[in-house]
Amino acid sequence: MKKRKGLHLIAYLLGVAMLLTAFTFCGKQAEKKLEIFSWWTAGGEAEGLAEMFKIYSNENPGIEIVNATVAGGAGENAKAVLASRMQGGNPPDSFQVHAGHELIDSWVAAGKMEPIDFIFSNIMESYPKGVIDIISSKGHIYSVPVNIHRANVLWYNKKLFKKYGLKAPDSLDEFFTVAQKLKAKGVTPLALGDKGIWSSVQLLETVLIAKLGANGYKGLWTGDTAWDSAGVKDAIKTFIKILGYANNNHNALEWDGAAQLVIDGKCAMTVMGDWAEGYFKAKNLTPDVDFGWAPSPGTKGTFDALSDTFGLPIGAPHRANAVKWLMVCASKEGQDAFNPKKGSIPSRIDGDKSLYDVYLQSAMADFSANDIVPSLAHGAAASPSWLTMISDAVTLLVTEKNADKADASFVDAAKKSLKM
Amino acid sequence: MFHFKKESRIAFLSLLPTVIAVFIFVYGFILWTLRVSFSDWIGVMPNYTFAGFSNYSDIFKSERFQIDLWNTLFFTILFLFTCVIGGLLLAIFLDRKLRGGSIFRNIFLFPMAVSFVVTGVAWRWIFNPGMPGSLNGINQLLSNIGLSCLTWGWFTQSNHFMNFHVALISLIIAAAWQLTGYTMAMYLAGLTAIPVEMKEAARMDGASEFQMYRNVILPMLQPITLSVLIILVHISLKIFDLVYTMTGPGPGFATDVPGINMFETTFGGNRYGEGAAISIVMFILVAVVIIPYLINTMKRENI
Repeated sequence: MKKRKGLHLIAYLLGVAMLLTAFTFCGKQAEKKLEIFSWWTAGGEAEGLAEMFKIYSNENPGIEIVNATVAGGAGENAKAVLASRMQGGNPPDSFQVHAGHELIDSWVAAGKMEPIDFIFSNIMESYPKGVIDIISSKGHIYSVPVNIHRANVLWYNKKLFKKYGLKAPDSLDEFFTVAQKLKAKGVTPLALGDKGIWSSVQLLETVLIAKLGANGYKGLWTGDTAWDSAGVKDAIKTFIKILGYANNNHNALEWDGAAQLVIDGKCAMTVMGDWAEGYFKAKNLTPDVDFGWAPSPGTKGTFDALSDTFGLPIGAPHRANAVKWLMVCASKEGQDAFNPKKGSIPSRIDGDKSLYDVYLQSAMADFSANDIVPSLAHGAAASPSWLTMISDAVTLLVTEKNADKADASFVDAAKKSLKM
Repeated sequence: MFHFKKESRIAFLSLLPTVIAVFIFVYGFILWTLRVSFSDWIGVMPNYTFAGFSNYSDIFKSERFQIDLWNTLFFTILFLFTCVIGGLLLAIFLDRKLRGGSIFRNIFLFPMAVSFVVTGVAWRWIFNPGMPGSLNGINQLLSNIGLSCLTWGWFTQSNHFMNFHVALISLIIAAAWQLTGYTMAMYLAGLTAIPVEMKEAARMDGASEFQMYRNVILPMLQPITLSVLIILVHISLKIFDLVYTMTGPGPGFATDVPGINMFETTFGGNRYGEGAAISIVMFILVAVVIIPYLINTMKRENI
């Protein structure tokens, strides 16, 4: 009997101990530490991150780097984890976030980020103005962009185009001519994979750029361009027309499935960000031989940019180390180590071109010469709340093909989002 | 000071940590969610400004949420129907002592051991329709055996009759595949508990096999049917993982459910107020089903 009582006591104490552990924070904080939070868990991006860590460790020996990554959901899972850490007052030293409104309208607006103008004070001229605009709010810079991806790229199967004597379309009119010819040959003109609806949002944004021009498109996000203007309505109708040339199983595929259709020659073209190049190369295709590229129809001269950046949260446990990390992110050396692995271009205009492949070199040339506009689908142009409202409207637009209804939803979303 | 018997004091103390944890982490957070659903919280930092019913009116006005409710209704009805009928038939067959019955029982039960996430991924491959000329999965199978007239877009089909999206059929098949075995196990337990004398008596009285099942066995299985329905309904109302991995919101929200809407609104769009309102609506839907059942069970136990 006595023994049993002892057991009860032990069980009870164990229970209490478990509960207490749950409430205890691991408050141990060594001085020589740097915690970097990202969703770069695999492939080229993880390798690129490791390269930057190497540079950091060489410059700052003895600091232990904690690589805190959260996989999955194109960053959505990581963002949920980050939100609970920030809300709980336990920020990492620095974290990955898309450039633009994804940062500005969330953590900056909440007063949780420290302006980092001082990091740029000597290197300002190495960055294009369009990029500085995207990462700034009310005259202050809040994050360091380590890379640039381009969203408005048309990829095409070069052998197929050669076979039918076609040339990559420059304008939307040319696109429809080419598409018509391909259709007559029994080839599906456009590959689309919008199981995650962002692929369609991205396609729509490239059409908006084509119809409104760079400035008109930028005005959509500030209220200078009206969402019920003729240009927007025209863009929506053109978007619907383009969908008519896409593969009919587009909502069963992700973007990589669409890229595969182009590789297999079942479809001729796809509009996708330039991470698609990494997919083509992973399938042993040679740039400019097996596949070609051009700015998406009607967007020549405009660079629709998105970027991964790192910022400095207020209350970073190891602020001094984090500042040194941001210096690496902003440096030519750091970006030239990261980007060739990731398959993107540096956000500086002085990157070493010899390190990059033929596509990336052409992107670097466009980047320093073109108008730079923020991408909608990747969080640069609009706040997360605005973006999800637009995405919901596009989801219905793709199936119902009702231009007026979609435009009404866009107007409504803009009204709700711009007043904030 | 309360006066407990020693045994029950120990029992009480042993339960206490769990009780505290449940009150904080379940009931506490339900109340907190209720509070958030009446707040103006958009963005990443909490904002508890009282906003009245505006979040509720926003979600009920949004077309997406209306589609979600219709989808939940149709999904629940058809999923329940398939599981109950399928499970009951399987249980009756197995109860008749087929040869190799235990093998079949395990085969039917096995899907239940798999997580919804795995089911979702597997059935996404199976139902991925492919393209004309290069069909995939089940469409390929159908066309290879000469049934190409039956190939269609499965969950990529965006058309609907009235408010029923046909894409839901794929989800219902996958969900029923997973849980029919569970229903079968419940009924099998019920059938085994029915004394053989009852069946013999029915047969002696000249009842046909069908009449025996209809008038003797089924009424005795009623409590089991009730439990099965309650369990399946609450799974179906809250379903998220299967849909998220298998189809996502689907074309034109053909396979969207409140759970996915809530996740995307809250953690994708940072509209915490609206997300909380969706959660509360889901909570009420489940509560409407569960609470009468709990009250009923409690009454029965007290007798």
